[in-house]
Amino acid sequence: MTQHSFGYAVAMMRQQPWSLWWIQARRMTTIEIRRNLFTRRAWWIYFLAFIPAVILLIHLLIDSHSGPGMSDDTEVLAGVVQLYYVRLGIFFGCLGIFSRLIRGEMIERSLHYYLLSPVRREVILLSKFFAGAVSAVVLFGAAMIADFVLMYADYGAAGWDFMLHGPGLGQLEAYLLIVVLASLGYGSIFLLLSLMFRNPMPGAMLLLGWEAINPVMPSLVQKFSVASYLRHLMPVSVPAEGIFALLTVETEPVSAWVAVLGLLALIALVLTYTCYRMRRLEIRYTTE
Amino acid sequence: MNAANDTIRFENVSKFYGEVLGVNRISLTVSPGITTLVGPNGSGKTTLMNLMTGLVQPSRGTISVLGLAPSNATEFFCNVGYCAQFDSFPRGLTGFQFVLDGLMLFGMSEEDAYHLTAEALDRVQLDGEASHRKIAGYSKGMRQKIRLAQAIAHHPRVLVLDEPLNGLDPMARAESLALFQELGRQGMHVVISSHILDEVDRISDRVVLITGGYLIAQGNIHEVRREVRDKPMQVLIRCNSPELLASKMFAVNHCVEARLHADGRGVFLRTGDIDQFYRLLNEIAVEGLVKIEAVAPADDNANAIYQYLIGSDGSAS
Repeated sequence: MTQHSFGYAVAMMRQQPWSLWWIQARRMTTIEIRRNLFTRRAWWIYFLAFIPAVILLIHLLIDSHSGPGMSDDTEVLAGVVQLYYVRLGIFFGCLGIFSRLIRGEMIERSLHYYLLSPVRREVILLSKFFAGAVSAVVLFGAAMIADFVLMYADYGAAGWDFMLHGPGLGQLEAYLLIVVLASLGYGSIFLLLSLMFRNPMPGAMLLLGWEAINPVMPSLVQKFSVASYLRHLMPVSVPAEGIFALLTVETEPVSAWVAVLGLLALIALVLTYTCYRMRRLEIRYTTE
Repeated sequence: MNAANDTIRFENVSKFYGEVLGVNRISLTVSPGITTLVGPNGSGKTTLMNLMTGLVQPSRGTISVLGLAPSNATEFFCNVGYCAQFDSFPRGLTGFQFVLDGLMLFGMSEEDAYHLTAEALDRVQLDGEASHRKIAGYSKGMRQKIRLAQAIAHHPRVLVLDEPLNGLDPMARAESLALFQELGRQGMHVVISSHILDEVDRISDRVVLITGGYLIAQGNIHEVRREVRDKPMQVLIRCNSPELLASKMFAVNHCVEARLHADGRGVFLRTGDIDQFYRLLNEIAVEGLVKIEAVAPADDNANAIYQYLIGSDGSAS
C-alpha cells in the first residue's frame, strides 16, 4: 500500500461513525445476552455447564472424605476440563448458543428486523458474536469456578489454602482462560457454519471428529484446530490412557502466549470471513 | 433537491433465485405519495419490496432509494421503514419492548426511544394495556399493527408496506388507510402491496402492475386505464331516463354495452371511444330530452385495471 492510499484509508476510518457503532453494538449485545441467557431454550446449556458441578456436589454430600487425595483430585479436575468441557460441554454449548444467533433467527423468521435497522451488518454480526461469547463465558466460567470450589472445599483449610494461596488460583486462571478461548474459538466457527449451512449439525460433527484426530495430523494442519491451542494452556497434564490419550496428547510443545495469539488469529480469520458472508446474506425464509 | 434524492429508482433490475425468476428488467421511478403494487401471488411484489430494502440483492441492475443504497445501513434505514409480510417476532417480547428495542438501535437516548415508541403505538391505535402484553398472545390484527408501529416509529421518509391490511378488521383497515393517506399527504413515499384493491385504490396516487416478474404498467390509475385502449371503458350516468339515454347512445357504433343500474336511476355504458362518447353525451344533454345528474367512470380503478391487464388467472393479457 502506498503512503497516499494508506493516508486515505486512515482518513476514511476516522470518518466512520464509530461512536454510533459502539452504542449500537452495546445495545444489541444487551438484547442478545437477554435472549441467550434468560429463555427456556437455554436450560440445556445450563445443564451442560453445571452437570459436573452437580456431580461434584453429590459426591461432596454423600461421599465426603472417602475420595482420593488432593493431587489426584487436581488431575480429575484437569480431566474434567480437557475431556468434558473442551471436548463436549463448551463445544455443544457453543453450538447451541452461536448457531442460534443467525440461523435460529432465520428459522424463527425474525432476523429481518435486525437487517432493517440502521446497523451495519458487520456490527450486527460482531455484536451477536460478542453476546454469544459473554453468555458462554458467564455460564461455563461460573460452572468452572463452582467445580473448582466443590472439588477442594471438602479438604477444609488445606483446600482453601490450595485454592487461595497455593497453585490452585493459577490453575483456576488457566482454566478460565481456556473457557474464554474455547468459547471464542468454537463460537466463531459455529457462527460461520450457521451462516453457510441451513443445518450446522453435520458440520459441527465433522469439526468434533477433526478436533479428535487433529493431534496425529502434521504440525501445519494442527494450526486449524481450537483444541490443539487449548491443550498448550492446560496447567495440569492429564494422564489418559487408550483412546483418551489421543485427546490429551501434546504433540509439539508451544508456549502459552503463542497458543493464545495463534488461536486469536484463527478466530479473527474466521470472523472476517463470517462478516463477508453476513454482508451477502439474503432473507429468503421460504428456503429455511 | 436533486430528483434522484427524492425518488425510488429501479434501473433495469432483475432478480433470479437460482433458476427461478423473481423480477425481470424492472425500470421504475417512484415519486412521493402513495404507490400501490398490484399483482397476483408470486408476481414479484414482495421481491420488489425486498430489493428496495436490501433484504435481497439484485442479480442485475441498480436500485437507489432517495439516492441511498441499503449497503449504507446507517443512513438508509434512518430514512426507510419496512413492514414486511413475515408474521413472526423475536420471542418473549411485549409489543412495547419490540418497538423500543428497534428504536434503541438508532443510537437515540432511552427517553427519546420511549417517547417515539408511545407515539407510534398511539398512531396505530394499539392501546397501552395491549402493548405491554407479550406479542405471542396477540391477534393477527394486533401483530399487524405492532409491525406497522415498528416500521413508522422512527419517522422514515419512505414506508414500504407488504400487505399491511391483512388480518385487520374493517375498522382497523379504515384507520390504517387514513394513516397511510396522512403520511402520503406529508410528502412521504408510501409503497403498498395489497390484495384489497378496492380500499387501497381510494388512497393511491399511482399503481404499479406487475405479473410473472414483469412490469406491466405504472402511473396514475386514470392514465393507466386510458392506456388500456383495447378494453372499452365503462361509464355510469345518473339520469332521469336511463332507457332513453341507452337507446340514443346505441345509435353510435362505439357503444358496445349498456346495463341499467339496480336502482333504475342510472345506466352503465361501455364505449370503445371515450372522446366521441363524451361529445355525444354533451349533445344529448343540450337537447334536454334526458336530464343528466352525474357522470362517473365506472372501471378506471385498480381492480378493473388488474382484471383487464392481468386477468383473474394472474396471466398478463
